[in-house]
Amino acid sequence: MQRHWLSLGCRRPGASDAHQGGTTVLTVSARGLDHVSLNRLLAEAAAAGERAVRVTEVLGHRYIGTGLGGELSLTLEGTPGEDLGAFMDGPTVRVLGNAQNAVGNTMNSGLIAIHGSAGDILGHSLRGGRIWVRGDVGYRVGIHMKAQPGNGPAIVVGGAAGDFLGEYMAGGVLIVLGLTDQGRQRPVGNWLGTGMHGGTIYVRGSVPEHRLGKGAGREELTDADREELRRHLEPYCWEFCLDPDSLVSDSYTKLVPLTYRPYGRLYVSTVGEC
Amino acid sequence: MRNYLLPDFLVQVGEGCSACGRCARECSFGVISMESGRPVARHSRCVACARCVTFCPTGALRVVPNQVAHRHNPYWSVSLRHDLMRQAQTGGMLLAGAGNDLAYQSIWDHLLLDASQVTNPSIDPLREPMEVVTFLGAKPSALQVEARPEGTLRLAHPLPPQIRLEVPILLGAMSLGAVNLNVHRILARAAQETGTLWNCGEGGLHEELYEFGPSTVVQVASGRFGVHPRYLERAAAVEIKMGQGAKPGIGGHLPGEKVTAEIAATRMIPEGADALSPAPHHDIYSIEDLAQLVGAVKQATGFAKPVGVKIAAVHHVAAIASGAVRAGADFVTVDGFRGGTGAAPKVVRNHMGIPLELALAAVDDRLREEGIRNEVTLVASGGIRSSGDMVKALALGADAVAVGTAALVSLGCTLCQACHTGRCAWGLTTQDPKLAARQDLEEGVERVGNLIRAWATELREVLGALGINAVESLRGNRERLRAVGLDAETLAVLGVQAAGRE
Ligand code: SF4
Ligand code: SF4
Repeated sequence: MQRHWLSLGCRRPGASDAHQGGTTVLTVSARGLDHVSLNRLLAEAAAAGERAVRVTEVLGHRYIGTGLGGELSLTLEGTPGEDLGAFMDGPTVRVLGNAQNAVGNTMNSGLIAIHGSAGDILGHSLRGGRIWVRGDVGYRVGIHMKAQPGNGPAIVVGGAAGDFLGEYMAGGVLIVLGLTDQGRQRPVGNWLGTGMHGGTIYVRGSVPEHRLGKGAGREELTDADREELRRHLEPYCWEFCLDPDSLVSDSYTKLVPLTYRPYGRLYVSTVGEC
Repeated sequence: MRNYLLPDFLVQVGEGCSACGRCARECSFGVISMESGRPVARHSRCVACARCVTFCPTGALRVVPNQVAHRHNPYWSVSLRHDLMRQAQTGGMLLAGAGNDLAYQSIWDHLLLDASQVTNPSIDPLREPMEVVTFLGAKPSALQVEARPEGTLRLAHPLPPQIRLEVPILLGAMSLGAVNLNVHRILARAAQETGTLWNCGEGGLHEELYEFGPSTVVQVASGRFGVHPRYLERAAAVEIKMGQGAKPGIGGHLPGEKVTAEIAATRMIPEGADALSPAPHHDIYSIEDLAQLVGAVKQATGFAKPVGVKIAAVHHVAAIASGAVRAGADFVTVDGFRGGTGAAPKVVRNHMGIPLELALAAVDDRLREEGIRNEVTLVASGGIRSSGDMVKALALGADAVAVGTAALVSLGCTLCQACHTGRCAWGLTTQDPKLAARQDLEEGVERVGNLIRAWATELREVLGALGINAVESLRGNRERLRAVGLDAETLAVLGVQAAGRE
């Protein structure tokens, strides 16, 4: 273990030195460690009051940051394995590379920023915190994400997303920018927002009608939406060296639930009056 | 739309009525009201919960089936015809509470226990020690012992996490939402006092009950309600709910009107929002995915507590159970088709899944064949009604049973099947604070505790009669069971011989 200067490459305008995207951190190589040992090491570092740890040579190690609380900041170089940051409650995880499936599964709070692309079911049942992906994501992303009063989750995808984005969505914000779309006009897949009964989905550009799942409806963008977009896109752009102003002012498709009570009239009681 | 439905029950006010008005106050379904000083009934609303009859001080009330003469036709039962009319009038899916009420054969009632005589004498449990302690958790296939320098011995490898259960009876999963916080309080304390575990179900654990963590199994279900690092940390064990016997293959939803401030805080969702549990876990499409979630929960809890998987008894239950064990489950709960529910579509509740008895035998066989039975604690649930059912379940291969409906009955439930209406007159499956207050904490704890203690005593009695002195020796001991009136195929699945066979 050594201490290294870690530069994140991008400078947030007007921020103090401490937030200029670089710091001296403890560095750990994951080579030769199984995931249990690596995660034990990280938990010990967090318990010892370490504020930031850089992990190099990450090769599919599962459960990094899973169940972790506190304010540790992890920077992962390589490709972390499944369930990155599952049930996580507070820490910041940066992945300088791609991530696999189930990133931020049932996460409560914290930040996961992936500088590459990520796999399926990112942000499953996400209850709070933010997940940012610079590249593309797979299927079923943001599925069943929900908002707790005062703890709304947000997922921002820089590239494109697969089918079933925001399925069963019950709260929070999902933003897809389509920056890697390269003119394919398909930043989102089919069955978008199927069964959504809460939350908002913003997709940059237009979304053809047939991509919308049952339960998702369009709504005009308001000034409040632009504010909401700015709130999420500014920090996202600082992370990935993008220009927030042009992204915020672009045109978006906004999707909201058609009903907040999807099963209101589905049933009849078998007892009592009918 | 005209209403063709006849009331199912009639409420009759008899001679002795003193017009005290108690029945009108007790009825939570709006059946009885006092008019001109007399109780008057709106029969069509009555669900036969018997609350009014139980509390009528003069015994003047009767609730009777509304017997209307129809031409005899057991095929087209009255209840079926009523269901058709309800659907014709609303176009809705039939929603029901409690468990499957159809008259499928109950295999428990066709199984009989052996008893000892002469050459293998029985044991008097009142005078001899009788071990009913059971440990929940995976057991290693072999133990390696090493000598320490000072000459003592110790285990070379730590045992997987174990929870000591004073009795092999757990309180089954009932979520906050299906039942109210008062019921959770009762179950938590009853479990603590009897040295067993209760299960908070899939709706989270109320902050107030975190102190009962060491007696609590918490669930991680498809909706992930209330699942939080602290919730996992507080629990004695974590159960990943893949299925439920009463409604296999489907999710569930708690309608917004039942999501009170208390439930919202516990489920970690906004007040009044619908709480939908999807049918599958969307991160689990294979056994490997299940292993991944089991692993994530173990990681999040520092590998310090048993992590189990609950599955519904369905056709391929043995293969599924085997997969769950291979996915790392320390305990597997097999939930049979008689299991209860706060609400389920009637077609699913009544027609899906298979009997616990057969599922249990099949699972136990399969795990033995594969040499992995020891790696898991097997919990049987779903319609265990008595210590008799419990003993038979243990003999068929379970390590322990979990009871839900039986615990509710101990608290007053009359199986009126109106749980889904949220108007439970006994204060169980309702969020109405006035109704919930009908459950007295102290009395409730004593009732549920008494039930568990009584079954434990009966278990000891039966063990003694069987001539064995530890529940361990009963587990999977199908040789001590015989069947009457079951067909050969069923006997083969059960691995039980017909009565009269040596
Ligand atoms: S619903 Fe229950 S309390 Fe009301 S009249 Fe019928 S049996 Fe009595
Ligand atoms: S819990 Fe209440 S509503 Fe449900 S069956 Fe029992 S008495 Fe009826």
